Amino acid sequence: MIRPQLEERIFKVLMIISTTLVLGCLLLILETVIWRGLPSLNLAMLTQTPKGGYYLGKEGGILNAIVGSFYLTGGATILALLISLPIALYLQIYAVHSPYVVLARLSLDVLWGVPSIIYGAFGFIIMLWLGIRASLLGGILALALLELPIMVRGMEEAIAMVPAMLMECTYALGATRFETAMKVVIRQISPGLLTVTLLAFGRGIGDAASVLFTAGYTDRLPSSLLSPVASLPLAIFFQLGTPFPAVQDRAYASALVLTIIVLAISLITRALASRLTKQVIR
Amino acid sequence: MLSPQIQIQDLNVWYGNDHVLKNVSAGIPPKCITAIIGPSGCGKTTLLRCLNRLIEEVYDVRVKGRVLLDGIDVYGSEVDVTEMRSRVGLLAPKPFPLPMSIYDNIAFGPRIHGKGNSAHLDQLVQHHLRAAGLWDEVKDRLRAPASRLSTGQQQRLCLARALAVEPEVLLCDEATSALDPTSAKCVETQLQKLKQERTIVVVTHMLRQARRLADYVIFMWMGELVESGSATQVFDSPQDERTRAYLAGDIG
Repeated sequence: MIRPQLEERIFKVLMIISTTLVLGCLLLILETVIWRGLPSLNLAMLTQTPKGGYYLGKEGGILNAIVGSFYLTGGATILALLISLPIALYLQIYAVHSPYVVLARLSLDVLWGVPSIIYGAFGFIIMLWLGIRASLLGGILALALLELPIMVRGMEEAIAMVPAMLMECTYALGATRFETAMKVVIRQISPGLLTVTLLAFGRGIGDAASVLFTAGYTDRLPSSLLSPVASLPLAIFFQLGTPFPAVQDRAYASALVLTIIVLAISLITRALASRLTKQVIR
Repeated sequence: MLSPQIQIQDLNVWYGNDHVLKNVSAGIPPKCITAIIGPSGCGKTTLLRCLNRLIEEVYDVRVKGRVLLDGIDVYGSEVDVTEMRSRVGLLAPKPFPLPMSIYDNIAFGPRIHGKGNSAHLDQLVQHHLRAAGLWDEVKDRLRAPASRLSTGQQQRLCLARALAVEPEVLLCDEATSALDPTSAKCVETQLQKLKQERTIVVVTHMLRQARRLADYVIFMWMGELVESGSATQVFDSPQDERTRAYLAGDIG
């Protein structure tokens, strides 16, 4: 066989192997979670909070953690969105040629790489300093910090895809940078904006370490911003930590719930983003 | 020649250390079509982009010289750039419809300039779509996304959008280069009608288009203005050797 064809073939085989590996990992995770979790999953788990002795294998559910996770991540995502959109617009539209931007981008990339337990510890120190106890508010702040770099960098990429000529056309109509950013760029990137927001949501809802110290844990439904709140990753962690097989199986059931939520978000995102793309841009 | 509406005086532009426009001086007469011609990389588009200061969007660019619009230097420190740009419209080489409906595309300019009352706006949109020769094709779907239009229709939409801010000057940067011949012809026809009310400056590398459209011609070569004058003068009796060679098709 001639060399180019051999190369082609080798790379094709490598590609198939790596794709299979990735797909295999995903299927294996799903299979484990479904196989161990599905038998323990029932309506009570989704609709009840833990009753006395839940962690010994008695009655109750993880409604506290499901609701808590949505409150935490929802709050954090909204907060992160409000902070990151102006940052991304500033970096891409206003300060394009400023050396300061390079520094800002470097910081964001470092922040992206910071392990979430560090955000948790950092958030905890801030809370001590402000005199707040482990609470919904604390968890939202820590998660927002975690989501912020993901969002800014994602939005930046979306904005960078906007044709420079499109913006020049609006400048030529006498629009200011602000009008261009608010009325044209945000619309143009709306599919990307949606994708990156839900991506950050998916990342936030699954994170255990950042909420460990900051949000605390409780068997009750969240009642106020300043009281502790449960979350799904920690529910999995605590149930898995008990010596009882029945409770451990519930941990897998909780993991299944979390996985389904994340999968659903990712599928909904894709569908919405492609619809938005058709409506807005092409 | 009528007294020029735009007077370019000793204009120099550098991209980094590249000296891309060298001591360009020219006058652009009102209410006619001025074509800037020349081979690729001669500074045609750079010169055009200097006229409404869009050139400043480029990284590491330096501009020296004056561009007088109605006698006022657009590079003057007291000039409000956005106000000045609303008097100088732009038609880009490719259509870039805004991510909104056909109606909102046209209404965008009037709205940001505070002419947003709705009855008046409806009239305005219709008027400018007619002026761009697009009204009959889109009157039944004004609320549809502009991106659904064909490329040729989109470019006429962009023309209508630019006209809707009532600019005195319209800059066209290779405005028909991405269009099929029919759409290109359509845009050219509109430009010829528009010159009765507006000053139009077109950049083109298509000599035949320049011959069709231009009343006044500026010939550029390697960042320098070689020759400028009325179309008959430049096309029929060019003074410079390079102009003659370019027109004959020997260079560029």
